[in-house]
Amino acid sequence: MDRENRNVILNTLSILILLGVLFLFHRYGSLYQIRILNNMAIFITLAVSYNLVNGICGQLHLGPNAFITIGAYTAALLTMAPAKKQMLFIIQPLIWPFTVVHAPFLLAILAGGVAATVFAFLISFPVFRVRGDYLAIVTLGFGEVVRVLCNAWQSLTNGPLGLKDLEPYTNLWWSWGVAVFTIVAITKLINSSYGRAMKAIREDEVAAKAMGIDPFRHLLLAFLVSAFFSGVAGALLAHLITTISPTLFTFIFTFNLLSIIVIGGLGSTSGAVIGAVLFAWGGEALRVVESQIDLGFVKIPGIPGMRMVIFSILLMVVIIFARRGIMGRNEFSWDWLLAKMRRGQKG
Amino acid sequence: MTGTILLQQIINGISLGSLYGLVAIGYTMVYGILRLINFAHGDLLMFAAYAAIFGSAIFGLPWYLSFPLAIIITGILGILLDRAAYKPLREAPRISLLISAIGASFLLENLAVVFIGGVPKGFDRPAVFDHVIEFMGLRIQVLTVYTPLVTIVLLLGLLYIVYRTKVGKAMRAASKDFETTRLMGINLDRIIAITFLLGSSLAAAGGIMWAMKYPQVNPFMGVIPGLKAFIAAVLGGIGNIVGAVVGGFLLGLGEIIIVALVPELAQYRDAVAFVILIVVLLFRPTGIMGEPIIDKT
Repeated sequence: MDRENRNVILNTLSILILLGVLFLFHRYGSLYQIRILNNMAIFITLAVSYNLVNGICGQLHLGPNAFITIGAYTAALLTMAPAKKQMLFIIQPLIWPFTVVHAPFLLAILAGGVAATVFAFLISFPVFRVRGDYLAIVTLGFGEVVRVLCNAWQSLTNGPLGLKDLEPYTNLWWSWGVAVFTIVAITKLINSSYGRAMKAIREDEVAAKAMGIDPFRHLLLAFLVSAFFSGVAGALLAHLITTISPTLFTFIFTFNLLSIIVIGGLGSTSGAVIGAVLFAWGGEALRVVESQIDLGFVKIPGIPGMRMVIFSILLMVVIIFARRGIMGRNEFSWDWLLAKMRRGQKG
Repeated sequence: MTGTILLQQIINGISLGSLYGLVAIGYTMVYGILRLINFAHGDLLMFAAYAAIFGSAIFGLPWYLSFPLAIIITGILGILLDRAAYKPLREAPRISLLISAIGASFLLENLAVVFIGGVPKGFDRPAVFDHVIEFMGLRIQVLTVYTPLVTIVLLLGLLYIVYRTKVGKAMRAASKDFETTRLMGINLDRIIAITFLLGSSLAAAGGIMWAMKYPQVNPFMGVIPGLKAFIAAVLGGIGNIVGAVVGGFLLGLGEIIIVALVPELAQYRDAVAFVILIVVLLFRPTGIMGEPIIDKT
């Protein structure tokens, strides 16, 4: 059989295996394990969509927390029953039409994605007037603006109190379903002519312009797609942790995402996935540093905050000594895996 | 609003603006030479405040010893920061430098959390700064008057160094053309180290005065002033030292006056600064005192 068919069969097989593993965890896994797996899937979605702008287009975008926040709040406001909203908004009453709207989960997360996309469209005009450092600061600024708005616009977001008691709609099927869909969609985008144009813009924008590529259109496309998936992921996150507030989506969130895609390999979707998996699992594993380590003969006291120190050091070590990260710009491919296995058999 | 209140707010704005300007100078100097936004600059501010606290609390030094000591130590930290985080990436693409800067910033903040704790500490304001001046019906803290004065003195000192000494000439050359400066036999690493020393010391001075104005010190206190100082630097024209101070004054004044005129915006204060940044980048990206860049494409 030819390569195309083989790839399709192998991909379908992998998805079936994934479904099987998820089913096993869903049935027999502990709550803790399920929580980590959900986290993993959500971060995979976030990392892959963030990598689209930072890795493929080469623009340092520091405001994904804005899209995540918008997605989370939009979905939360839609799924909460009107009666609950009445109870929750004690400082200032919620504005119409949110008081009466009550939507099913699928609609809510799509609405979250769309809301984030609309916001991305609105800010894309100032953002893409500049490049490089300025783009970084402008996107960072918008991230902060959204956070300040969430804190201050109490009639919409309930201000610092946030929204709590959300229905825990997010389960393994939702989170991993979205993750797989995101990976497929973004990979298809990257392998299309749009993706090639984005890579051209990353390498040399002036040359790309000379070849007839309009940077704004392609950067806008990447920005909107990234915003959509970030918004959806934000909605999923909200219904996983069931409480959201403005302090959840600060620049620290962006920093974590940035570390994930840098360590995984800037420009590689597989790298983003690997980075997200490592982060979700490693983040939990590293909690051990913050509590007491009992080696039997000596007790090392836990140091709160050490986790972030290790993350920061890791990011800096990777960017200084191993700039390409784990995957560099390569992607995982079945060719590579089969070749490795064949070589292993022979030798 | 009466005239006296307006005058009071203007004085507050100038004072706040001079703090921003002082920190902005360091940003603009580093950017001028390295084309790098030093995200960790705001955290140097935080470090200086803590160093001053420890100087007086642990070593019992009077303020006129612990403050200069804190400034010197922060200057040295700035040099170390460059050596560790930026020097290895001299030949790397710009995005790597930016990421390293972000990483360094987070590292400094979280090291402070680990070693000092996240609980805010109080800053002992020396008694000499505690007076209040009564003037034309206004009550002004003496610190509010000292701050712009200190800023202007330091600015003049820096301008002297940059425009009247050989080292300054080398710094100006490096900001104009990095590669050629090397060819002229100038030790670029030394010049960069001196730039960081000067910029970080100014940020340290800003940090100590900030801590005297807002006496609560915590590991993340440098984030917002750092960002606003960057906005001030962009406002004035990034790379331009006088522009940084001018931008600082404008930003400080603008922030205070807008909130004074529209009190409902008080919660949105930080957002106002970012909106100013976005407007400036849209309409005059090179800032007030920068030269317009001609887009050759």
